[in-house]
Amino acid sequence: MTRRFPILPTLIVLAGAAYFLVPLYAAFQFSLQMKRGELSFEAYRSVFESSTFLSTLTFSTVASAAAIFFGAVLVVPTAYWVRLKLPKLRPVVEFLSLLPLIIPPVVLVFGHIRLFGSNSILPLTMSSWGTNILLVIGYVVLSMPYMFRAVDNGMASIDIATLTEAAESLGASRLRTIIDVIFPNVRSAIVSGAFLTFSISLGEFVLASLLNRPAFGPYMVQLGQDYAYQPAALAIMSFALTWILMALMQMAATRKPGQRLFRPSRSLAASKSQ
Amino acid sequence: MTAMTEAGTAAGLRESAPQPRAGVPARGRWDWLGAVPFLAFVIIFMLAPVSYLIIGAFQTPKGAFTLGNIADLASPNIAASYWLSIRLSLASALIGTVTGLMLAWAVVLGGLPGWVRSAVTTFSGVASNFAGVPLAFAFIATLGRIGLVTVILRKVFHINLYATGFSLFSFWGLALTYLYFQMPLMLLVITPALEGLKREWEEAAASLGASRLQYWRFVGAPVLAPSVLGCFLLLFANAFGTLATVIALTGSNFSVVPILLFQQIRGNVLYNPNLGYALAVGMIAIMIVTNTAYLVLRTRAERWQK
Amino acid sequence: MSFLTISALRKSFGANTVVKEFDLGVQKGEFISLLGPSGCGKTTVLRMVAGFETPSAGRIHIDGQDVTALRPNQRNIGMVFQAYALFPNLSVAENVAFGLRAARVPKPQIAARVAEMLELIGLPDLGGRYPFQLSGGQQQRIALARALAVQPRVLLLDEPLSALDAKIRVSLRTEIREIQRRLGITTIFVTHDQEEALSMSDRVVVMNGGIAEQVGAPFEIYNQPATRFVAGFVGTLNTLQATVADAQTGTLSLDGQHVRLGRALKVPAGSAVSVALRPEAVRLGRAEGLDVVLKARIDEVNFLGSVIRIRADMGVGKVSLDTFNRADAPPPPVGSEAEVSFAARDAIVLDH
Repeated sequence: MTRRFPILPTLIVLAGAAYFLVPLYAAFQFSLQMKRGELSFEAYRSVFESSTFLSTLTFSTVASAAAIFFGAVLVVPTAYWVRLKLPKLRPVVEFLSLLPLIIPPVVLVFGHIRLFGSNSILPLTMSSWGTNILLVIGYVVLSMPYMFRAVDNGMASIDIATLTEAAESLGASRLRTIIDVIFPNVRSAIVSGAFLTFSISLGEFVLASLLNRPAFGPYMVQLGQDYAYQPAALAIMSFALTWILMALMQMAATRKPGQRLFRPSRSLAASKSQ
Repeated sequence: MTAMTEAGTAAGLRESAPQPRAGVPARGRWDWLGAVPFLAFVIIFMLAPVSYLIIGAFQTPKGAFTLGNIADLASPNIAASYWLSIRLSLASALIGTVTGLMLAWAVVLGGLPGWVRSAVTTFSGVASNFAGVPLAFAFIATLGRIGLVTVILRKVFHINLYATGFSLFSFWGLALTYLYFQMPLMLLVITPALEGLKREWEEAAASLGASRLQYWRFVGAPVLAPSVLGCFLLLFANAFGTLATVIALTGSNFSVVPILLFQQIRGNVLYNPNLGYALAVGMIAIMIVTNTAYLVLRTRAERWQK
Repeated sequence: MSFLTISALRKSFGANTVVKEFDLGVQKGEFISLLGPSGCGKTTVLRMVAGFETPSAGRIHIDGQDVTALRPNQRNIGMVFQAYALFPNLSVAENVAFGLRAARVPKPQIAARVAEMLELIGLPDLGGRYPFQLSGGQQQRIALARALAVQPRVLLLDEPLSALDAKIRVSLRTEIREIQRRLGITTIFVTHDQEEALSMSDRVVVMNGGIAEQVGAPFEIYNQPATRFVAGFVGTLNTLQATVADAQTGTLSLDGQHVRLGRALKVPAGSAVSVALRPEAVRLGRAEGLDVVLKARIDEVNFLGSVIRIRADMGVGKVSLDTFNRADAPPPPVGSEAEVSFAARDAIVLDH
């Protein structure tokens, strides 16, 4: 059949593009209007000058990094061990790792507050550090489905059971096997899980707000109530950050073993490694 | 904040064959210990808190068993919250399903150049993760009282949007905002199903004398139906749990269930903590039902995609 | 006038012409194979007959009607695809009924026709099953029944056997041919498998680079290949280098010997030609009626069971030849010298 010009699909894509791009343009435009009568980056400057902005962003960055670290420490060995030694347990572990998708964050934190409150055996919410820990734990839970799936898929793709047997038959200890063989091969999967964790927890609002932490999400909401132009600037910056995180994740996910995340050229890297 | 269910699971679900461990029965005896940290974490920080809420939902503040909290969910203002949440989730999921399906159809089967598809897919990956507070800000700059589109409509077309009854901070405003992450999510989860529609089916139907309409009626639509319905439920669940976007837009004036629960945790507005537990249990129940139905439908659809 | 006539058919995708000036007349009830390597244009020809591709030039007539501009669903053709293409949401019976339902045939008639078709393909009890519950061979037979249910004027088979296991492939081959004969339906069969094409067809069209290199009965195609490509693509071929000694009498000079083919050649004396020989035309040792005898060195001996395949180097070229296994005559050792003979009339002269 002769291919005519796809009129309807073109119209649909254009309408979709308009829906997606107009709010971004509007936010950008809005963010430039802080000074009357001229376009300026005043709103961005004012955001960056705010000490609360920096302190909350720092707090959330640290919390997110901690969540990535503890999430990886919890998920990677478990996924490895279950694949290697406890294959019958795998459906159970996988199901448990997906549970956070059906527990709304507000419900999770409600349970945490009640269970680890004042008269609990583990009264985490009674101290500021305990609450910070609980926040990080919450982020570990929220990102668990993504982390587990990324790592487990990574392990599925390299047949870790055979790799482990090969390493052990060559005389490597279990620890050496994990450090030298398994970890390098699932590193890109972990990195891709890490970026997702980061994008979930950096601007997270519900947990941080209900645990009363000085985090970035509650700061943004507060800013939205108090100011007009700065929130638009924040929206643009967040969107840009999400793009960067997703791009990094894509790169990490599609990267071949041995390939660096950033690298000028194949020949250069090859000559360096020799 | 949910880009669940990529095609990636297929590989993940593949069962690795149990390792043949010849002889040496004693060696495997302590293997289960390796799963203990994970299981302990899950039990302490996921199952225990949720169980606490579930048990509490069936107790009086003094600890006696009761169905009263569950029954109280039917009280006018709580029932109204649930009804509002369900309507909003239905509306947003319905619009998201239809528009996402159209967009996916256009880029997957519409005969557009390949770069359009990769651009739309990449953007969707970002947009489905762009939820919460910044999203609300972007929409305020667009459709708020002095938002770009509102102003243009008023100045250029002399349409006063807010005089027509529309408000970004009301039901349809929220539904329109949710669409920003719902439509991309739909596109991402339905694309494999659209790709699964084989061109040979359409050709076979044509060679048998069927019109395009007959093909879609007897084959295309029935094959897609379970996937579309499954994705609709996923979108419903996604909207049902949304909280940060609502707060950033309406400042907790719009009493969907998550907002009600949020306020309850903040200041115990229900004067009965156990009723709060029941509220949470109701949310979980809805999430379980929709997600289970989604999984069932997806399994059914995958059977055909072989 | 043929039942199906394809005249001067051409198809270009951009600058790339995949079918060039293709002509073919198919008689009613004939089974024709389009044979060729992938990318030769055979599937494109079939898809133009089906109406899935629009020809860049040329016409297609079915039963006197010009169908070139008709949409696929107006052509009344039946098509079977390589990947079965059964509708996954419909049961076997509903799949077979699909075309009748689209044509709004009354229900009782549909049921009768479906039963008849399932009987025809030998799967009368599978009507209630779904495609995913069937084996590949069963699915392809259902696809055949579905295509035949609408009583198409022409049946088009697009590599229907290539997705199947070797054993089922052979049995289904026979079955398809038998059903085709019984119904007397005009059939075009696309394949890259020469064995399929030769064993099933009334006539074979060997295609290469978008043109029909040769059209003929399997016997002709195999024994009198018209071009070097046909000779090479159909069957195993040994080629020897020779020069024309006398074109008029058809005499070649081969390794110093004069070989009289007994038919005139079109190339002038002194020009170099290739002489092609089928493995079964070459014998180890001398035999009655084999008038050309050449010296050869045995390079390779492959014992295949009932047949022994030997590769011998004759200086002017290497040949494969098959001998039947005989318990009392062990094959010659590798590296030994031997004589190889063939009949001059079996030699196929290929133009350069």
